[in-house]
Amino acid sequence: MVDVPFGHVGTAPESDVGDVELYHPHSWVTKYVFSQDAKIIAIQYSITALAVGLIALILSWLMRLQLGFPGVFSFIDANAYYQLITMHGMMMVVYVLTALFLGGFGNYLIPLMIGARDMVFPYVNMLSFWTYLLAVLILVASFFAPGGPSGAGWTLYPPQAILSGTPGGQDWGIILMLVSLMVFIIGFTMGGLNYVVTVLQARARGMTLMRMPLTVWGIFTASFMALLAFPALFVGAVMMLFDRALGTSFFMPSIVEMGQVLERSGGSPLLFQHLFWFFGHPEVYIVALPAFGIVSDLISTHARRNIFGYRMMVWALLAIGALSFVVWAHHMYVSGMNPYFGFFFATTTLIIAIPTAIKVYNWILTLWRGDIHLNVPMLFALAFIVTFVNGGLTGLFLGNVVVDVPLSDTMFVVAHFHMVMGVAPILVIFGAIYHWYPKMTGRMLNDALGKLHFWVTFLGSYAIFFPMHYLGLMGVPRRYHEIGDMAFVPASAHTLNAFISVVALIVGAAQLIFVFNLVWSLRSGRPAGGNPWRATTLEWQTPETPPPHGNWGKQMPVVYRWAYDYSVPGAAEDFLPQNQPSAHPAPGTSHG
Amino acid sequence: MGSILIFMGALLAIGMWWLARQGIMTKPWLEQGIAATYVPTRSNPPAVARTGLRVFLAVVGSLFALFISAYAIRMQMPDWRDVPLPNVLWLNTGMLVLSSIALHEAGKSARRGEEEVLKLGLLAAGATALAFLSGQILAWRQLTADGYLLTSNSANAFFYVLTGAHGLHVIGGLVALGRTIARTWRGVPPERLRVSVGLCATYWHFLLFVWLLLLSILTGWAGTFIDICRQALS
Repeated sequence: MVDVPFGHVGTAPESDVGDVELYHPHSWVTKYVFSQDAKIIAIQYSITALAVGLIALILSWLMRLQLGFPGVFSFIDANAYYQLITMHGMMMVVYVLTALFLGGFGNYLIPLMIGARDMVFPYVNMLSFWTYLLAVLILVASFFAPGGPSGAGWTLYPPQAILSGTPGGQDWGIILMLVSLMVFIIGFTMGGLNYVVTVLQARARGMTLMRMPLTVWGIFTASFMALLAFPALFVGAVMMLFDRALGTSFFMPSIVEMGQVLERSGGSPLLFQHLFWFFGHPEVYIVALPAFGIVSDLISTHARRNIFGYRMMVWALLAIGALSFVVWAHHMYVSGMNPYFGFFFATTTLIIAIPTAIKVYNWILTLWRGDIHLNVPMLFALAFIVTFVNGGLTGLFLGNVVVDVPLSDTMFVVAHFHMVMGVAPILVIFGAIYHWYPKMTGRMLNDALGKLHFWVTFLGSYAIFFPMHYLGLMGVPRRYHEIGDMAFVPASAHTLNAFISVVALIVGAAQLIFVFNLVWSLRSGRPAGGNPWRATTLEWQTPETPPPHGNWGKQMPVVYRWAYDYSVPGAAEDFLPQNQPSAHPAPGTSHG
Repeated sequence: MGSILIFMGALLAIGMWWLARQGIMTKPWLEQGIAATYVPTRSNPPAVARTGLRVFLAVVGSLFALFISAYAIRMQMPDWRDVPLPNVLWLNTGMLVLSSIALHEAGKSARRGEEEVLKLGLLAAGATALAFLSGQILAWRQLTADGYLLTSNSANAFFYVLTGAHGLHVIGGLVALGRTIARTWRGVPPERLRVSVGLCATYWHFLLFVWLLLLSILTGWAGTFIDICRQALS
């Protein structure tokens, strides 16, 4: 970038941002357990979410064992299979992805990237984590409750979710699930208020909105969306809890259960679907937008190239966020709603492809003629782009009503969904951990192990989910515990299912490499220094690594430029940190 | 889902207006130094608390807009039987209006530094809010006594759920108000309570607005109004 002087360059005027009075911990317990420091809370969130992720991974193994080798594992009967589906789905979508991106990365990166000392409401932030942990414990407790966890499917559609034919429907399972979700939403609201208000109110001097790194933009937009979308799930959960526990008929139509006419009438199961998907669709983007933001920063940093079309990237994030609230009914094409509705929602769904495509083009144009370093975070970021495009293309199939109707109940949907919302965001999570682990711990993750982890995970997840599309096109139904002998399912489909299961076991086991790497590098990793990736954003300019309580020491950072000054001609190094006043610093002076 | 979409549309308009003021059209790659569009972020506690409350009100607004959407969908089912509203609700509404006025006055006196008026205003607001809650419970008991049980019809269930959700938010507000009152009694000067009292007042006005909206829907006025608009348009 050329040096265009703007405003007064070179001086650091006295800060007009008053220093915040921080809460200082007095004991080990207040420092590491009941901590109010966003960085500790971030690590608590991340470790809890990763632990839940490992549980969900094991559940998916069990499902794959049943699908690949039906009849071999007698303990996975139809009921157990539905419980596995339900818990795997709910855990991954809400308790892992949402918690990791917003609670984990949001907490760690927002204050550091915008140059704040901490979140604006540290106490509420601490409560947010402990409420989240409570929600996790309630959810996990349902494994040990009488009747086991709910087996209603992760979408919890009534009336079946609360009837006795469904596992957990008339036992504790569904109650614990609903209560856990409500607790989670309360906890998230406390965290989300922090993320949004911190970005609005605690930015460093000079940090305009349009100078924020795209990671912060992504997390900020997603937090705002989550604050507005989660109430829909909350309303649905409250009303279903009333239906289940107190006998109301919000969602329960007149119904016969096991030969008995229930005293319910008039309720609308469709109403629940509307509420659920009014949350459920924005939820896809609540996970995707932070991933978009993080990937933009990873690509820019590791290709040593300023992000292409920064403004367009920000506008696209905002447009996707707004549009995602008017597409929810594309999950309900087969629910019997008015077909004209379907037409409207197919249109809005396809319109969302425009801002999303803008982002993909801009990533590719950022890479164009860049100095691409194929290190582990970059590999994951590139893999994300490919995977997201892949999942997005099958989304075009499913977004159209006439194509969706025959495909809706097949494995095609499972494949599409896992590509776009399972594999893609998790690739970003891995990339982000490899990228920011040096800042969090002061040590690099092992490179060889990281590459091994990447290739097994990337190729493996394609080996799992690519063939699944073909199973779906063949008509192999989803949600079935056992396909059995169906005339239209050839023997090769069974072989393919067994193959997918074996690969799933391998990919799952490969995650242990990652866990080992995390633990091993903590002590034995190569020391990272303050800015191992030579990145411009503020979190890499802290005086100490890992950043201490309060982040910045005595002097608050002042921001002089945007976050993407890479490969600057004539600069001492090839990049200019955001807090560096001039492109040509006097020799011997160090900044940040 | 009309009401939630209207609510989202309103938020979108506010968001776009705000973003336009924040320099969303600037070209950050051309700017160095302290940018011209830089709006100081005022990270002083009052501004932070005010922004925090505003964002929180957006969340609460979303919650109630969704409840109302659910109500509007469910009431179209053929089994719906309207609830006759107990008369005590009108008295309760009056109490909530008085509560809001009292807090508004308390806010003014805090700005002027009149300690006695401030204390009186806060106490009056607390008392009338408590009266509102007791009145709501009275309305519940009356309905139950008349046989409008939670399970007998969804209209009844919605009445209990909507008033209950609103009541819980009033209770939450009372906790904040109680802490502010405790601070006046501990001798904190009124000027330093301006922010707390102002925040309470904003929250109270918002809850009053939500209550009036809920009342207009429970009485069916909102439905009639929408019908009239529809006829006028078609």
